[in-house]
Amino acid sequence: MAATDPDKALPRVKDRRRFLAGIARTACGVGIAGLLLGLLARQGGARPAWAIRPPGAGEEADFAGACVRCGLCVRDCPYNTLRLAELGTPVATGTPYFVARDIPCEMCEDIPCVVACPTGALDHGLTEIEKARMGVAVLVGQEDCLNYLGLRCDVCYRVCPLIDKAIKLEKQHNMRTGAHALFIPTVNSEQCTGCGKCEKSCVLEKAAIRVLPTELAKGELGAHYRLGWEEREKHGGPLLPDIIDLPDRMPGVAQ
Amino acid sequence: MTDNVPSASRGLLARNKWLLLRRASQLGFLALFLAGPLTGIWIVKGTLASSLTLGVLPLTDPYMLLQSVFAANLPATTALVGAAILLATYALIGGRVYCSWVCPINIVTDASHWLSSRFDIPKGWQPKRSLRHWILGMTLAASAVTGAIVWELVNPITLLYRGVLYGVGLAWAVVLAVFLFDLFVSRRGWCGHLCPVGAFYGLVGRFALLRVNAASRAACDDCMDCYAVCPEPHVITPALKGAEKGHGSVILSSDCSNCGRCIDVCDRKVFEFSSRFAQATERSPQPHRKAA
Ligand code: SF4
Ligand code: SF4
Ligand code: SF4
Ligand code: SF4
Repeated sequence: MAATDPDKALPRVKDRRRFLAGIARTACGVGIAGLLLGLLARQGGARPAWAIRPPGAGEEADFAGACVRCGLCVRDCPYNTLRLAELGTPVATGTPYFVARDIPCEMCEDIPCVVACPTGALDHGLTEIEKARMGVAVLVGQEDCLNYLGLRCDVCYRVCPLIDKAIKLEKQHNMRTGAHALFIPTVNSEQCTGCGKCEKSCVLEKAAIRVLPTELAKGELGAHYRLGWEEREKHGGPLLPDIIDLPDRMPGVAQ
Repeated sequence: MTDNVPSASRGLLARNKWLLLRRASQLGFLALFLAGPLTGIWIVKGTLASSLTLGVLPLTDPYMLLQSVFAANLPATTALVGAAILLATYALIGGRVYCSWVCPINIVTDASHWLSSRFDIPKGWQPKRSLRHWILGMTLAASAVTGAIVWELVNPITLLYRGVLYGVGLAWAVVLAVFLFDLFVSRRGWCGHLCPVGAFYGLVGRFALLRVNAASRAACDDCMDCYAVCPEPHVITPALKGAEKGHGSVILSSDCSNCGRCIDVCDRKVFEFSSRFAQATERSPQPHRKAA
């Protein structure tokens, strides 16, 4: 190869440098824009607790990648329960949600919102509305709940579409009067769909019972935890055969 | 040389035929979507992101769905079918037909361009046109990293549609920002250099059948009206001026949005819509306007 003429090589080097600098500039600029977008996406993932997703919506992170924000679910909800988040509200822009205290989900048998969803962001595998898990009702305002105060309001219990399954009244002794019972509205998280009918109908100024996103509402045992009484039942007797079962001592009872 | 001055030979209507048709189309699409919420007669439900027409025809924006796939999500059949229909359509009639004939933001940026040339506002920042392809790639990468459909967070097109159809929120601010950006920061900046939606549809329409053809290029008298009016003027040169280099007269660049503005403004009737395989009708050059 002939030696390159330095006079000619110089501009070529300069050209290449300018070219590479241009690419680097574009890449950096676009990279920064991407970073900002990514951060925005992360922020959008932080859903406020009052924004409940429609039936069949999966984990929040999956939902953000599946929902194209078309609003077809909103259109097909016969009760105008659902709405699309407007820009400037704390819910990820354009995603569907409802506020239980405004309009709860009426648990339509044919689940039109799920049927309407073109992307499957609302899981088409959900065909029985009782299996929906939009959230879990929690009696967060115990101090003000009328039933906790010893009255018989019972409204949340009465309106529940899954009465006596998702929500029950558990009897407790009324320590204040000493003579009556408290009928404590108690939600079973395995049955509650999170429809929000209870929250909507709570007679207080601000609802004592509220639907919360499941991840906020529930605790979780360590995966290695075993409950002794369950293990015992499964096994059909104590797991260690020769263990001596001492009598349980009851307070105030003479042995 | 502004394209609104009627020429002696052709009326205002003839000079704006395709422009008017385009506006009618863009507003018509919006009206179709709006008819439901306004009158209760549902022809089209949804938004440009995904819609259902007359209860049977599903359409889904393929770019949106692609981001969803990059976000590690497998869309349901309806959305896939809807995206395939749109892909096939745009591949045939030109990807950026979306820009010229459907996208509502195009009205905004065209208005901005009209103002900025009217008042001679400096062109401002003019990055390479390939920047939009970088941004397109970035949105896909960011979708993959975050697991979210990221462009939907800022996309002015669907923000505008959702704003009109479902409640406006602050969507108007984003649209205004695009308008002002094009006006003061970068003339033709949004659609010509940044918008990844346009970039995506451009790629889709790479081999589109419907194209603009400088069929009578021999009649061109170099008035440059078409260059002044074209949002992507670089696409014109090879077709209009490439006769000697053996370049065909059809505008093949996928940046061309088939807006037909060049057809409108050209008094020599150089341009027409044709198939991509059409030839120049090499009629004998007419006498130049200035010489006539
Ligand atoms: S189940 Fe019925 S009421 Fe509940 S969100 Fe869906 S469509 Fe609306
Ligand atoms: S129909 Fe599905 S994709 Fe469309 S907004 Fe509702 S959840 Fe999202
Ligand atoms: S949210 Fe309330 S009303 Fe609905 S299922 Fe749960 S407990 Fe019942
Ligand atoms: S470039 Fe983008 S904003 Fe402009 S018309 Fe095309 S899709 Fe719409």
